[in-house]
Amino acid sequence: MSRTGLLAQFKRTLQTASVTKPFEKVLIANRGEIACRVMKTCRSLGIKTVAVHSDVDDRALHVRMADEAVCVGPAPSSQSYLDMQAIVNAAVSTGAQAVHPGYGFLSENCKFAQLLEENGISFIGPKERAIQAMGDKIESKIIARAAGVNCIPGFDGVVEDEAAAVRIANEVGYPVMIKASAGGGGKGMRVAWNDSEVKEGFKLSSEEAAASFGDDRLLIERFIDNPRHIEIQILADSHGNCIYLNERECSIQRRNQKVVEEAPSSFITPEVRKAMGEQACQLAQAVDYQSAGTVEFLVDSQMNFYFLEMNTRLQVEHPITECITGVDIVDEMLRVAAGYPLSYSQSDIGINGWAVECRVYAEDPVRYLPSIGLLTKYTEPSVQHNDSKLGVRCDSGIVEGSSISIHYDPMISKLVTYGPDRTSAIERMERALDEYVIDGITHNTPLLREILGNERFRSGDISTKFLEEEYPKGYSGGALTALQKGELVPSVAVLHHLKTNRTPSDDSVNYVISCDEEKVPVTVTLQNGKYSVTFEDKTVEVSPTGGTHGTLQEFKLDSTSVVPLQHLRFDGVTHTVRYRCCKRDVTVLTPLQQKYMDTMPVKVKEDTSNLLISPMPGSLSSISVEEGDEVLEGTEVAIVVAMKMNNSLKAPKSGKIKKIWAKVGDIVDGDQKILEFY
Amino acid sequence: MALSRFYIPCHALVKLAPQTRTAVTSVVLERLEQKKKEALLGGGQHRIDAQHKKGKLTARERIEVLLDEGSFVEWDQLVEHDCIDWGMDKTHFAGDGVVTGTGTVNGRQVFLFSQDFTVFGGSLSAAYASKICKIMDHAEMVGAPLLGLNDSGGARIQEGVASLGGYGDIFLRNVLLSGVVPQISLIMGPCAGGAVYSPAITDFTFMVKGTSHMFITGPDVVKQVTNETVTQEELGGSAAHCSTSGCAAGACENDVHLLLQTRRLLDFLPSNNQEKSPVRPCSDPAEREIPALDNIVPNSPISPYDIKHIVEFLVDEGDFFEIMPDYAKNIVVGFARMNGETVGIVGNQPLVAAGCLDINASVKGARFVRFCDSFNIPLIILEDVPGFLPGTQQEHGGIIKHGAKLLYALAEATVPKLTVITRKAYGGAYVVMNSKHIRADVNYAWPSSEIAVMGSKVTWIIPGAVAIICRGDPDLAKREEEYIDTFANPFPTAKKGFVDDVIMPRDTRKRLCADLKWLRNKSQKNPWKKHGNIPL
Repeated sequence: MSRTGLLAQFKRTLQTASVTKPFEKVLIANRGEIACRVMKTCRSLGIKTVAVHSDVDDRALHVRMADEAVCVGPAPSSQSYLDMQAIVNAAVSTGAQAVHPGYGFLSENCKFAQLLEENGISFIGPKERAIQAMGDKIESKIIARAAGVNCIPGFDGVVEDEAAAVRIANEVGYPVMIKASAGGGGKGMRVAWNDSEVKEGFKLSSEEAAASFGDDRLLIERFIDNPRHIEIQILADSHGNCIYLNERECSIQRRNQKVVEEAPSSFITPEVRKAMGEQACQLAQAVDYQSAGTVEFLVDSQMNFYFLEMNTRLQVEHPITECITGVDIVDEMLRVAAGYPLSYSQSDIGINGWAVECRVYAEDPVRYLPSIGLLTKYTEPSVQHNDSKLGVRCDSGIVEGSSISIHYDPMISKLVTYGPDRTSAIERMERALDEYVIDGITHNTPLLREILGNERFRSGDISTKFLEEEYPKGYSGGALTALQKGELVPSVAVLHHLKTNRTPSDDSVNYVISCDEEKVPVTVTLQNGKYSVTFEDKTVEVSPTGGTHGTLQEFKLDSTSVVPLQHLRFDGVTHTVRYRCCKRDVTVLTPLQQKYMDTMPVKVKEDTSNLLISPMPGSLSSISVEEGDEVLEGTEVAIVVAMKMNNSLKAPKSGKIKKIWAKVGDIVDGDQKILEFY
Repeated sequence: MALSRFYIPCHALVKLAPQTRTAVTSVVLERLEQKKKEALLGGGQHRIDAQHKKGKLTARERIEVLLDEGSFVEWDQLVEHDCIDWGMDKTHFAGDGVVTGTGTVNGRQVFLFSQDFTVFGGSLSAAYASKICKIMDHAEMVGAPLLGLNDSGGARIQEGVASLGGYGDIFLRNVLLSGVVPQISLIMGPCAGGAVYSPAITDFTFMVKGTSHMFITGPDVVKQVTNETVTQEELGGSAAHCSTSGCAAGACENDVHLLLQTRRLLDFLPSNNQEKSPVRPCSDPAEREIPALDNIVPNSPISPYDIKHIVEFLVDEGDFFEIMPDYAKNIVVGFARMNGETVGIVGNQPLVAAGCLDINASVKGARFVRFCDSFNIPLIILEDVPGFLPGTQQEHGGIIKHGAKLLYALAEATVPKLTVITRKAYGGAYVVMNSKHIRADVNYAWPSSEIAVMGSKVTWIIPGAVAIICRGDPDLAKREEEYIDTFANPFPTAKKGFVDDVIMPRDTRKRLCADLKWLRNKSQKNPWKKHGNIPL
């Protein structure tokens, strides 16, 4: 920690010692990782916590962490986590003095803040006025301009209907971005390049906006090409103090949803940082902001920056700022809400090291479909204090045995690594991802791992277009490189030998290892208690480090490289492993068994070209065709709502519809047939 | 057994004069070599090619995959049939269409026969049957499992009743071996007519998807008799038997997969009824706590969860060999290990039909329990059962007698028997699912348990108890609450000692492993009887 960091900490220690804790009891009006995150700080300050939960979350981690818990309704968030009255009642009945809203749900709802105030409960966040001003994307830009903040050109107003949307889009000039006025983040946000895309975007965005925020107002603005998304974290108190905690770069996005974030940015200069920070503070002070907030900017290649919006809440990616500044943002929010001054001044804030955050989602990274189910295996990368593992933070709200449900956001965790510089932070992240055991559902760690290893990402040459430019056809799953094969083959060979020879004696056994259609003959030799594997004219000494039962196994090759291998399943023939984040089936047979296996016919799969199959589990919210209708390939015929997202299902072929197998309102499984064509 | 007529008459050689012996011996050696060569080719190369073309391995190739390499010792390679009718005297094949012998699987002795479809379509002659009977007799004598690889067109019609007699000899031995050594049938081609009764009597029948069929009468006869049009696959393919009839315990993608899975299954089983299963060295700690189990059972009694997740969390290395995974899915049965020792798992599956017991589930469970009891395999029962499935279909189908099978099997079993009640244990099903009353050794309840005569109100499966005992009560809701208060918890049962302890789910593995350790020397005897009379 730098000198300024140490000083700040010292100063803070003095302050906390001299003042009482901000509150005795705080209710956290959220679920999942952010509820747990807020509770951790509360606990460390000796504040009692109250969790709220829906009935399906009754034993979620955030409920178990809290000192008290109140059920506020059934599973749909509109009837539980968004039910303001129920949450206020919970706060009143438990005697909570303040409510921390987390992010999402009611975090930027000024009616909620108002309702709490009416009941004599503090809202841990900015005042209603600031929420309202910054929550309204039009008003926020007017204020920003007045406060001397750089703004995006071509900005315009609220949209009444489809025709208005098209007219506005044409005035602004394509491409345009359509999004919900009330919501932050990427939800309900779409880019349109022509009139018909505006129409479709208008429809989907307004429906999503209504579903997520209960407010279907939309905004259309000019879409800047090739921007970087860089945002400034600010903290402000009721004593007129406002500081900025430097920037976070969140340019790695998919459909405006952040995927990988880092702090600081690999791009901007100290001068630009200072200018951005100062403008952010000017904006905050213009609305008498009091709490933690984030001012988002788009930065072009010339380092011109434009105000995008202000998020008047604790941001998902706040941990990376905490890592490089040493500030506990939640702690400061609590202090500010209690009327205390900030414990830091601008001069206390430095940049110490580099932090990277990966958002780990229960989502298939190839087809981008949410995955639900029970986490049958779940172990977070260890944070033991040895050199290689220092600097790993995993913010999650789940444990092994938890379920990822259809009702909520599919985020599993935020994995943060921290190091003295960008390279070491990224390398730690790679290692942490390799060790992160998640099974039972499909998740996006293969994509995250791919991004971290991408040359362009490594060089820091990124923009919000990064993913679409680098993976124009989408991420296709990691093909095994020669180098990886050299690690995977000997490791699996020894693992198999250990699993199938429980009392091993010195011997030499031949196997054929098949993975990715490739077959590698190997010889595993055990001599004097040491394993060596011979394949492709080379011999590698392999030292297994674990027993045969654990999921995470480590194999040391030639006493140099260490291969982390997650062993998920073994059915006697095929090992299902996760290696470098990618799940692979590796079959190990004797040469004779392999010889016969090679003669076995490949079975053809059932023809599904006549069927429209639900790609994911969810609820079928509409079917726009009837039996006997003729449709063109690509026409939207049904919508499945999963994880609050509308997923448009398009006709897989042109033709007449023979039968409709599901009805509106049905909960459909992934792979369930919805329509059948002639 | 009149088997000697198939032996090579070696004594004839001894009687020859010494000077002629060498010459004769070399003639014999030549002939022997020739015969053995022929035997290896079965019905000839073109029939082998035809077999491969169907995606099937030959009888001998299957043995190579199934047994440890080089361990196979063949018997009766030179046997030929003695039929002279219908021109059969002109056609002979060494071995006569079945390969029999002994070998090892992971070092443990097994006996097997492998029917050779390339010879007379694998059809069974008297000589062929005698070969099979010979290895069955030895399997019994030495106490080693018997494996039957079936790929046969049926009886050898030319031999008439002699062939049928051969089947009878095999069936008899299947019955006598039942409960003495494990018997496993692999259906790897057709298995039709009377032939199906051998697999039917054995402990486990497995099939190959797409290339194996079992039926009493094939599609042609079905068409003639009932005018029903049906394909072989629909009538007796693996899907029909694995999910509808319950005649098969499972199916694999191809021959190699099936043979390798059979090796895996054998590792779980003892060689005979006098032994215990081999204990596998295990690095999965017996004391392993499983925090995930504390939250796996949903609070709502009508919310489902997958019992197989619980099984995989509990057992060594999550390694579970499920038997009949596609039949009567409301009960889950299979083999696993606890601290290296094989156990039989029986679990109600709340994910399917709320885990109720119906006819099929009862029969599936009962047969598995009896196998385990026959072969000294301790039983772990995971109980979440709302009761027996109501309805005329079930009642008229005989749920009374079929449900009684499971009760009978569990009550009769003398192996270590452990029960964990994870949630519901209602009504007669509570008693049936290895309760204390039928000699369970250890019964645990998780805190989420509800043990009662019936559920509190009408859910989709359980008639409301409160509606019955409080008929006409104006405040039924309140009475229901009282009922839940009284019964929807493990205390009334624990108070009576019907469960030995209420344990935290996370401790389940630890507790069961410890119990299995002291139960290893359990010795319990039923009263002497010729055999019981299980309600069939």
